[in-house]
Amino acid sequence: MRTKFAVIVFPGSNCDHDAHYAVKEVLGQSAEFIWHKETDLRGADVVILPGGFSHGDYLRTGAIARFSPVMDAVRNFAAAGGPVLGICNGFQILLEAGLLPGAMLRNRELKFRCEHVHVRVEQIDTPFTLGCRPEQVLRMPIAHGEGNYFTTPEELQKLEQNRQVIFRYVDAAGAATDEANPNGSVASIAGICNERRNVVGLMPHPERACELALGSADGLVLLESVVKAHAIGALTAAGSAMA
Amino acid sequence: MSAFDKATLDRHGLNDDEYQRIVKALGREPTMTELGIFSVMWSEHCSYKSSRVHLRNLPTTGPRVLQGPGENAGAVDIGDGLAAVFKIESHNHPSFIEPYQGAATGVGGIIRDIFTMGARPIALLNSLRFGQLDDPHVRRNMDGVVAGIAGYGNSIGIPTVGGEIAFEECYTGNPLVNVFCLGLARADEIVKGVAKGTGNPVYYVGSKTGRDGIHGATMASAEFDENSAEKRPAVQVGDPFMEKLLLEACLEVMQTDALIGIQDMGAAGLTCSTCEMGARGGAGIDIDVTHVPQRETGMTPYEIMLSESQERMLLVVKRGREREVEEIFEKWDLHAAHIGEVTDDGLMRVRERGTVVAEIPTRALTDDAPVYRRPMETPAYLADVQKLTLPAKPLVKDGDALRRLLASPVIANKRWVYRQYDHMVRTNTLVMPGAGAGVVRVKGTDRALALSVDGNGRYCYLDPYRGAILAVAEAARNVACAGAEPIGATNCLNFGNPERPEIMWQFGRAVEGITAACKALEIPITGGNVSLYNETDGKAIYPTPVLGVVGLIEDASKVLGRSFKGTGDAIVLVGETRLEFGGSEYLKVVHDLIAGEPPNVDLQAEKALQHLLASASRDGLLRSAHDCAEGGLAVTLAECTFGTGGIGLTVDVPAVAATAEWTQTATLFSESASRVVVSVARENVAAVLARAHSLGVPAAEIGTTGNARISVSIKGTLAIDIAVSEAETIWDAALEKFFKQRAA
Repeated sequence: MRTKFAVIVFPGSNCDHDAHYAVKEVLGQSAEFIWHKETDLRGADVVILPGGFSHGDYLRTGAIARFSPVMDAVRNFAAAGGPVLGICNGFQILLEAGLLPGAMLRNRELKFRCEHVHVRVEQIDTPFTLGCRPEQVLRMPIAHGEGNYFTTPEELQKLEQNRQVIFRYVDAAGAATDEANPNGSVASIAGICNERRNVVGLMPHPERACELALGSADGLVLLESVVKAHAIGALTAAGSAMA
Repeated sequence: MSAFDKATLDRHGLNDDEYQRIVKALGREPTMTELGIFSVMWSEHCSYKSSRVHLRNLPTTGPRVLQGPGENAGAVDIGDGLAAVFKIESHNHPSFIEPYQGAATGVGGIIRDIFTMGARPIALLNSLRFGQLDDPHVRRNMDGVVAGIAGYGNSIGIPTVGGEIAFEECYTGNPLVNVFCLGLARADEIVKGVAKGTGNPVYYVGSKTGRDGIHGATMASAEFDENSAEKRPAVQVGDPFMEKLLLEACLEVMQTDALIGIQDMGAAGLTCSTCEMGARGGAGIDIDVTHVPQRETGMTPYEIMLSESQERMLLVVKRGREREVEEIFEKWDLHAAHIGEVTDDGLMRVRERGTVVAEIPTRALTDDAPVYRRPMETPAYLADVQKLTLPAKPLVKDGDALRRLLASPVIANKRWVYRQYDHMVRTNTLVMPGAGAGVVRVKGTDRALALSVDGNGRYCYLDPYRGAILAVAEAARNVACAGAEPIGATNCLNFGNPERPEIMWQFGRAVEGITAACKALEIPITGGNVSLYNETDGKAIYPTPVLGVVGLIEDASKVLGRSFKGTGDAIVLVGETRLEFGGSEYLKVVHDLIAGEPPNVDLQAEKALQHLLASASRDGLLRSAHDCAEGGLAVTLAECTFGTGGIGLTVDVPAVAATAEWTQTATLFSESASRVVVSVARENVAAVLARAHSLGVPAAEIGTTGNARISVSIKGTLAIDIAVSEAETIWDAALEKFFKQRAA
């Protein structure tokens, strides 16, 4: 049984093909593009909101994409417990859509930054990290100008208490130093989940780190995790609820 | 006499002779709109009137060439039914006046040229030239240019996988921004910029037309002076989101067979696209500007025809298939406006609310544009600067010279720049920026393409013929170092004012050099761009031809990088070092001297060397390869150790013939061409040396990787011994520090 991924395409998405390729060609699962004007996820088991510059990021990153018709379907899918992964711009859209808490600021140095970084897996009880070892350090690329995650001290405390911080920027040895934080994110946060733990957003690009020829295959574990979750029935009945 | 006064003609960059040619072509005096149309189409930028006679000699054919010069971009066959579509273009003048938007729209323009051919753009490179970085204006200009390239390329999702940057005083008031784009198309689905089929509808799609960029092409065909800042309104503002929508929608339209031809509106906007498409198809085009979407009110036909608003395309569609095409654009929230028809009279006819305001034979604007054989004269400066007298002995110790060279911005780590570019999107990038050629794989095949842009203005200043040969050789050698066979090239020719005989001489000699090198190396030129009038207050830039070379790697798993792969490998130096300091980075950095004759290139030896690299890498005999360029052998060896986590080297090299005082320094820093440092697994050394010998390429094992130090001896005497970590720290920090200072 192959896991069925929906890759949402907003106008201005540009990592949609990369996510599709990683799921289908590298992982051998099923993947379909869903145009943002559609209202049906066509029975997907997993939803990916890919990276890019939806609507040019002209107002604020992700600010216009959250109004796309498809987002109602994504909200319902998430509400029913279906696994949703937001990568980079997809993460920003999840924040704007209120599916994840917090907001993004421009990078600390006010420059776009593209390079491989290290992140530490903080929690493994999400569908996208259940295949990781606790505190596993993954090497994945970032590519963003607004990845400086921000939230209030109260919200941050809540996130930490609920164990919603899923990835933190660290050095190669796994230490969350200021130097290893590429964009100034509060508490070195690289990725978080919602309270129900089925919606995960992160700034690094796991889909770009699925083959050694491209410099790292560490990102594959996120996609393999959700496939495993689907196979063992760990996902809630979101898929069938949506059908 | 003329219906226009001299001031009007001057403002349009037309001289009396040219005006009389217009009257002759029309058989009457032109209207104001027609005058504007002629002025942009006959500008240097669009007509190539000074350069054409020289460019005719370039080799443009070969067994792999699918499309040579004359279309929006060139194309070469890369096997599996696929074509690599590529071109390089300059956006120098706008990038000086308004760095961010100038550079951004340069990226936008070259991307449109590529997808117009039916190709999906998959990689960008750029070649940049600025003044010296201790000048705050230069830093601000560079900061804006890099941000502009990043802002556009990142947003549209095309990776910037490589490039080169150099700094010389002469570019202070005339920075160069040359952008290269590569796309992939099915070889049998290449689309042309042609209008044909009488009665077929002409569509306009993309951004609305505004008053921005009017006379941009004319601006790019004049020198700068102290009033150039006033030309800011002639620089356009880019909208990468619009371009992304256009890119996706146009590629989708091309998947139908409803399209006849398509062209982007770049320089000279609607004017250039209509008359060029008509001329290529031997047809006429009849449009009404009233139907052109406009974002400002009260625009005249003159303004609409000359606007260079960005992100606009012109399409000719099969009659009866209109709805199909319109629906694809609507899906992407784009409006395709029907603005006219193809005709059979060979005329470009422009109407306003039905009334004809311009009617010009398309050929008069394109093929029949003036062509000048401008006078050429050897520059007076040349004899003086070619004389080189070395001081009695080198001024600094060689280890210190290496430190200073590694800190030179030309050689230093360019991470501050390329980290701002998304270089990994599309998940094809096999060799990241900062390591010679950029390499992208071709999904769905076993192949990969290696891409390099290179040029050395200093060499060309000292000898444009030899400098141009060196540029071709270096770009080709860089792709060969990645394990590729060079299969096609594009050139961007940046020069001063062609009306000055010594500039025209530089241009003519450089084109002769490119021609000689491309013929010898069998690399066809499939297109390019000429940028003249790169002068400010009468001071020209160095003549700067930039070559973009595409190389094919049959087996993507065999791609080579420049860094050492492990300890204990043999280091082999391929090629010969001679006493060649002319135009070298060593002389500039250590002796503040720009003089001498640039290194000689034996093109047959160069060809054999590149053949050796491609064949040895194909057979898996090499672990890494890196060519010797600025800074010579010592810098090359140091660079091989960078990014390896401290794998050092111990080598002992033969001495170069020079005076006793200069032997060691010349061996380390001479910039002789056609040299490459390769690392080889021990068991393959004999095979590599034997293959080199059979090809007549000099090659010698000089040492071993490992040791965490850069230890270089010459005939047994230790000349340089520096920890890799020290050298790498210097190299890493040198460029970044200029921009950190500013932030502090």
